[in-house]
Amino acid sequence: MKANKKRGRLSDWPLLWPLLALGAVLAFNFLFSSGFYHIEWKDGHLYGSLIDVLKRASPVMLIALGMTWVIATGGIDLSVGATTALSGAAVALALRNGWGTGSAIGVSLLVALAAGAWNGLLVAWIEVQPIVATLILMVAGRGLAQLMTGGQIIAIPLGDFKVLGSGFLFALPFSISLVAGVSAVAGFLGRKTAMGLYIESVGNNPVATRYAGVSSGWVKFLVYVACGGFAGLAGLIIASDVSAADVNNSGLYLELDAILAVVIGGTALQGGRFSLVGSLVGALLIQTVTTTIHTRGLAVELTLIIKALVVLGVCLLHSDALRTFLRGSFKSQIGRARYALSRKPT
Amino acid sequence: MKLLDAEKVRISPQYFPFMATAFTFLLLLVVASLRYTGFFSAGVLINLLDDNAFLGIAAIGMTFVILSGGIDLSVGSMIGLTSVALATLIERQHVHPALAIPLVLAMGGALGGVMGALIRFFALAPFLVTLAGMFLIRGLALLISMESIQLTHPIYSYFSSLRVSLGSGAGISGLALIFLATLAAATWISIYSSFGRNVYAIGGSEPSATLMGLPVGRTKVTIYIASGFCSALAGVIYSFYTSSGNATAGGGLELDAIAAVVIGGTLLTGGSGYVLGTFLGVLILGLIQTAVTFENTLSSWWTRISIGALLFCFVLIQRFATPRRE
Repeated sequence: MKANKKRGRLSDWPLLWPLLALGAVLAFNFLFSSGFYHIEWKDGHLYGSLIDVLKRASPVMLIALGMTWVIATGGIDLSVGATTALSGAAVALALRNGWGTGSAIGVSLLVALAAGAWNGLLVAWIEVQPIVATLILMVAGRGLAQLMTGGQIIAIPLGDFKVLGSGFLFALPFSISLVAGVSAVAGFLGRKTAMGLYIESVGNNPVATRYAGVSSGWVKFLVYVACGGFAGLAGLIIASDVSAADVNNSGLYLELDAILAVVIGGTALQGGRFSLVGSLVGALLIQTVTTTIHTRGLAVELTLIIKALVVLGVCLLHSDALRTFLRGSFKSQIGRARYALSRKPT
Repeated sequence: MKLLDAEKVRISPQYFPFMATAFTFLLLLVVASLRYTGFFSAGVLINLLDDNAFLGIAAIGMTFVILSGGIDLSVGSMIGLTSVALATLIERQHVHPALAIPLVLAMGGALGGVMGALIRFFALAPFLVTLAGMFLIRGLALLISMESIQLTHPIYSYFSSLRVSLGSGAGISGLALIFLATLAAATWISIYSSFGRNVYAIGGSEPSATLMGLPVGRTKVTIYIASGFCSALAGVIYSFYTSSGNATAGGGLELDAIAAVVIGGTLLTGGSGYVLGTFLGVLILGLIQTAVTFENTLSSWWTRISIGALLFCFVLIQRFATPRRE
């Protein structure tokens, strides 16, 4: 195991708990849901519940990648749901007006990148708190998307654009292949170039990073732009999947799912370290739980309750306070104050 | 430069965001009154209080949370849960409202207390704990009843027709009175009680507050109990306002509440702001809504866009008009 290679204890391996949880849900399905593991090969394409989980998880997985970087710099992006609505509206309008598929996709990605750039500008250079800065676009973005579409659901004319949501590539649904490709590129950028290091150092200590000659501002700006781009891509997949731009419902609560996925994956909200694989596992866990509930015919409202319990469980497992508490030290008020001082986010 | 000007006229810069809020409110009121005939009337202004009573009460609870440097995302769900729980108790279980209302208020306080305890004892991020709370509470509400329940108890029809006359024909409703009473109580608590001072101290610097010997842990839990209680009260008001209980009520309301608090001049980093500012923030949101309805040609999405634009302006004011803390 990876943990042994690093000579750390297995219980310190950050991916342990999310993977165990995912394994538990999958094992539950193996025992109790017949046909969950049934994968069919039809006309050169793969079909089945597992493939469906992957396909449905793909928008959250894409956004979780960008969100991981944002959270690693100590920020948060609440506006991704609104950004998916914006990019969906843009692509639908462009296709409606007879644009080519390529240019329509390009223009809607530009819209999403611009939304990310707006957030980045506020956070990096005007130094607004990330929650407030992105709250602005979260509130106004969906309004802007409604303005673009006139509040209507705009149907997307059939054509090449359908490939994104319901096409296939390498026997897998196109969106899964897309997530795999984008994740590989993101993983390469994060681990094999200096970018990951910059992001983590900004999250750990932006002032020290600046003294070390790295522009904290640019790093922050770029992660928000990237997050906007990923959200735009997710918006395209959603729009293509339902063949329409539904600005009222597209990406609703997506930001919360993405943040959940990142947190489940072991990236701390304080920033400073991140795990892209963890976030992908987190997104898969959320979708597997949701699909399990649907296939078991359980009440939909249980999804919300189970999600809540999963978040709380994961937070508690990651909580240093709980560990220290269990180890029996952590008694004096002064100790607690020193503890609070050491972890106060800048 | 702005700070220098301020010293000339002897106004402490800490009041800037609040004054900007008050100025915006007056400006909006004047512009709207000049533009739309019949806007500046007792009826419209009282409706403003009436229509925004539940948002306002939830935002008052949120103010304490944000003053302490935290955040509470569960207020919208809490409104859904209390309204549907109250309706079920009264209509299906035939519990008298005089018993049912205190019961749901206690439930709101207790749920808030659980979240506060998680935040205090396990040092978890308020954002995550209340996010989980938001899902959990909405799930519980949907578990109670998926469909909306009509409230037909006589006390509801009595209360919704209740008007306290202000003379000249206009009357203020019971809901608006509860809103104003909550506002008065919260203002007093935030300024004169030791709990209120502790909230400001924790928001200013939690380690310092701890080292000063202030009861940080107890105060933190109390803040979330208060916020849970306020949003439960908002849920009760909502059930009176609509004469129904609905599990999906208050969806996204937490964002409006946060926006009202920010527009009201409270810093999201905590430690600075006023309950009265939140009141004005809520009224500003209400004014925008009313103005958009008065302007027939404008569609409903302009409300969201203008709230976003206003948030942006206030964030800039907060950023440049208040001294930076390192």
